Amino acid sequence: MSAPKRVGQHTIQFANPPVIVATATVVGPKEGEGPLGNTFDMVIDDSYFGEETWEKAERKMLEEAVKMVIAKAQLKPQDIDFLLAGDLLNQTISANYAARSLGIPFLGLYGACSTMYEGMALAAMLIDGGFAHHVVAACSSHYDTAERQYRFPTEQGVQRPPTAQWTVTGAGAVLMAPAGNGPRVTHATIGRVLDVGIKDPNDMGSAMAPAAVDTIVRHFQDTGRGPVDYDLIITGDLGRVGHDIATKLLGEQKYDVSKNYSDCGILIYDHERQDTHAGGSGCACSAVVFAGHLMGKLNEGRYKRILGVGTGALLSTTATQQGESIPGIGHGVVIEKL
Amino acid sequence: MADSTKQPGPPKKPLTLAEQVKQQKQTYDQQAYQRLADSVKPRPRVLVNALNAFWVGGIISALAQIITLIFASAGLNPRDAASATVIVMVFLGAFLTGLGVYDEIGKVAGAGSIIPITGFANSIVAPAMEYKREGFVFGVAARMFNIAGPVLVYGFIVSVLIGLIAYFLK
Repeated sequence: MSAPKRVGQHTIQFANPPVIVATATVVGPKEGEGPLGNTFDMVIDDSYFGEETWEKAERKMLEEAVKMVIAKAQLKPQDIDFLLAGDLLNQTISANYAARSLGIPFLGLYGACSTMYEGMALAAMLIDGGFAHHVVAACSSHYDTAERQYRFPTEQGVQRPPTAQWTVTGAGAVLMAPAGNGPRVTHATIGRVLDVGIKDPNDMGSAMAPAAVDTIVRHFQDTGRGPVDYDLIITGDLGRVGHDIATKLLGEQKYDVSKNYSDCGILIYDHERQDTHAGGSGCACSAVVFAGHLMGKLNEGRYKRILGVGTGALLSTTATQQGESIPGIGHGVVIEKL
Repeated sequence: MADSTKQPGPPKKPLTLAEQVKQQKQTYDQQAYQRLADSVKPRPRVLVNALNAFWVGGIISALAQIITLIFASAGLNPRDAASATVIVMVFLGAFLTGLGVYDEIGKVAGAGSIIPITGFANSIVAPAMEYKREGFVFGVAARMFNIAGPVLVYGFIVSVLIGLIAYFLK
């Protein structure tokens, strides 16, 4: 009855865990000045990246990240079977237009800020299923494009509440193959859309935390594992508020994650120095922290097995203006250095 | 099949989807969750924010008063001096927005720099600058009043109502 590559109720267990052979990151100036600055491949010194608009700059970052990851794996774009990419902008224009110039068969994704993990889970399925040999999963976000789409014009003199998060400017790309050197994707637990009734678009952490917790708990139930089986459990962009809520919610369900749980949105900026309030957010937040910092630690052997949960607030200005609350989602992926 | 080696413990009877959704709803009782979230959230620093709003707003108002007095001493009647001051303050707000300074002031002052007329200028110039890339018609012109629009609409409505009341009370 159960499909052969599944374990428990919602978790995929790959038969031949696909290998992450290369990753690439491009980030903006603020991210470059942050605590993880030296883990990124490329830091742009101007948020326009030599383009006329921020949207074009975001697209160019995504293109650069994809080209870079292909070059790092010593491959050519024609060797890539699928490009899975997405971003936050309406109609995912960054991904679509980047794919236009890259010429790789393209599947566009939208998982809000969980897009990187959605892409990695799907890439691993395509490879383990025998449908592809090389797959690139990528995503991007940009502080200024996100602000002008979701909130206010950037020069508007408004005060951000302490729960607000700062959208990461950057792009990350991950190249997977059936074999090779590098950490492997062993499991994926796909998220469910969960809505706890949060309506404040300046409080994404609270909106997403229950979805992340739901995925982590289901993952533990399905695999029979617990927090101690992971060197690190890391959520995508819950920020400080969401991180604390998730820790409490997991504690209520008897999972003690106080020692090995962190969040990419907390790691990427220096809270004291960079004025980013509750932390980082955006597709690129989990993407560049994974593709830079976490991959480095996995390759060094500092981390043997991590559970990454890409978190997304499925926010739409139209829906929130019509009184809808903000649903959240979290996709869990286990990456293991065997 | 393949997962049988790693399957832990005795398999529990899986819940139906409807039961799961019901369970979720119970687990995340919205009010209880809101309380949990509120207990974790950092509080806005109300006193510091209020003080900042007070002194920045005060400086803007004092500056406007100085300008009014200068115009008055130059020979304008009080009404014209006030109008001229408004023109100067709107210009200053727009100018500081163009220089990229006004949003930095707003970050500290909050309502202290939103409420004065300089803030109104900022709310018109900021979108005008932002949407220039979408062209002068559908960008600048169409979206210039994105934020100021509601203020204008309801401002007009209230002024008409007050005008009517004043007319009938006369």
